[in-house]
Amino acid sequence: MSIQNPPQVPQTTVTRIDLLLVAGMVTPGARVLDVGCGDGELLGFLADTKGVDARGVEISQKGVNHCVAKGLSVIQGDADVDLIDYPDDGFDYVILSQTLQATRNPRKVLEQMLRIGKRAIVSFPNFGHWRVRWQLAVKGRMPITENLSYAWYETPNIHLCSIRDFVGLVDQIDAEIVKAVAMDRNGAPMRVNAPWWAWNLFGEQAVFLLERSAKSK
Amino acid sequence: MSAGIALAPFSIAYQTYGELNAQKSNAILLCHALTGDQHVANAHPLTGKPGWWSALVGPGKPFDTDRYFIICSNVLGGCMGTTGPASVNPATGQPYGLNLPVVTIADMVKAQAMLIDRLGIETLFCVAGGSMGGMQALQWAAAYPERVFAAMPIASAARHSSQNIAFHEVGRQAIMADPDWRGGRYLEEGVRPLKGLGVARMAAHITYLSEEALQRKFGRKLQDRAGPTFSFDADFQVENYLRHQGSTFVDRFDANSYLYVTRACDYFDLAQDYGGSLALAFKGSKTRFCVVSFTSDWLYTTAESRAIVHALNAGGASVSFVDVETDKGHDAFLLDEPDFIATTRGFLRAAAKARGLSDKAGA
Repeated sequence: MSIQNPPQVPQTTVTRIDLLLVAGMVTPGARVLDVGCGDGELLGFLADTKGVDARGVEISQKGVNHCVAKGLSVIQGDADVDLIDYPDDGFDYVILSQTLQATRNPRKVLEQMLRIGKRAIVSFPNFGHWRVRWQLAVKGRMPITENLSYAWYETPNIHLCSIRDFVGLVDQIDAEIVKAVAMDRNGAPMRVNAPWWAWNLFGEQAVFLLERSAKSK
Repeated sequence: MSAGIALAPFSIAYQTYGELNAQKSNAILLCHALTGDQHVANAHPLTGKPGWWSALVGPGKPFDTDRYFIICSNVLGGCMGTTGPASVNPATGQPYGLNLPVVTIADMVKAQAMLIDRLGIETLFCVAGGSMGGMQALQWAAAYPERVFAAMPIASAARHSSQNIAFHEVGRQAIMADPDWRGGRYLEEGVRPLKGLGVARMAAHITYLSEEALQRKFGRKLQDRAGPTFSFDADFQVENYLRHQGSTFVDRFDANSYLYVTRACDYFDLAQDYGGSLALAFKGSKTRFCVVSFTSDWLYTTAESRAIVHALNAGGASVSFVDVETDKGHDAFLLDEPDFIATTRGFLRAAAKARGLSDKAGA
């Protein structure tokens, strides 16, 4: 089996529907920080369609150069280290799109996001999806799927979680879920009233809109 | 001035390119580095060489002269027409020499602001510059936030490091050790400390290049000879190159001016003027910033630029930051570096859109 090298410019792995979903959670003209903004696809989309004040942080210099050349306000930085510099409540939304699983300390990153922004939007691949479970349980191999395309020895994804795991973390950090959407294999949102276990089994990706709990506001 | 002494009258020499629009909203001030001058995009009157930023300034270039009104002025303390130590002190009829008050970056910017006032421009679309020019861009943004729509500090720092002060001191001591310096009164005595100024330039020039670039360009190659001459001639090409840099520099630069401009950099510490916090210097700033550093620049390092970026973030300012991969060292900011060009073009284009500038040149 041949394994492709990771692409040099991080490709935004979000589908068009994912973009629309995140964009749908953002109010027009808001101040938005996209953490791990890659080549700026989502930021550019938000700036163009929602007129937001768009800022980004990206760890790969190539991604940053790409964004700045497109006219986006993006700096090179590490979600684990550099969010500390941002002032409280500097943004209306802080977005972490397909990046949570690549951070060293997802809990601290989430807490920082909810400090910097009034709301946080997090999208991630669901490690509880049945295909993932199938590959590990039946084949006995670390899962490789469309959303998780790296072999275990070269993956940047060091903190994978299932939708249920994520909901558990949200409970622990004094945050509230304002809205949650799971998407099936085709990127289509699943039925809103489906139970958590169904989302966890059949959702390939999830998008959560969070805000600080009332008591910690 | 920062030194507590008034300087009046003073002259300021400047060049402009392109046309100011009716709204006076398309003016860009370019700030030159230590030994640069106002001839940013035209042939230099003394050397005949192309302008120092010809790579970036001109029709269709990132600083598009078809689209923007570009202003570049010689700094206070300089020697290309703006009042400096070689200028005649009207009070004495003699050159100022060391009687000119020590000039700071803030003084340079204050003088530029007076020029911008004189040109009838309320808000600059952009202030940009590399090295000492970047310091001026930062000073502009901190001192006149409402007059700077966008700022590009390139290969620069918010304060001069100890190492950089040390290098400058070597240059100054070389000049002052030259017997022809005459305590700074060489013009009255009809001599010039060319040896000292040349050595100062040679030492400084090393800091503008990276080790890789020097190695690639010269290695240990010998200058027009088969083997070492066992003398102190310029056996090595790198020696010959530096001597050439030193000897051509003295034709266009004044030694006392070199003392003043290096001192201005040394004294620069923007945070100190804002209670020790760089973030406070930029708090609530509406200016759009683009900070650029170069990976092999060891004079104004990426870490220095990153410190500026952190402060801008903490102050809530809009900032882009690009660290351009290159082995050309500090001087990379003067060169045709594709990533740097693309960054500048993209940043200005987006800023122009936000400023509502028309796209008349199709840039």
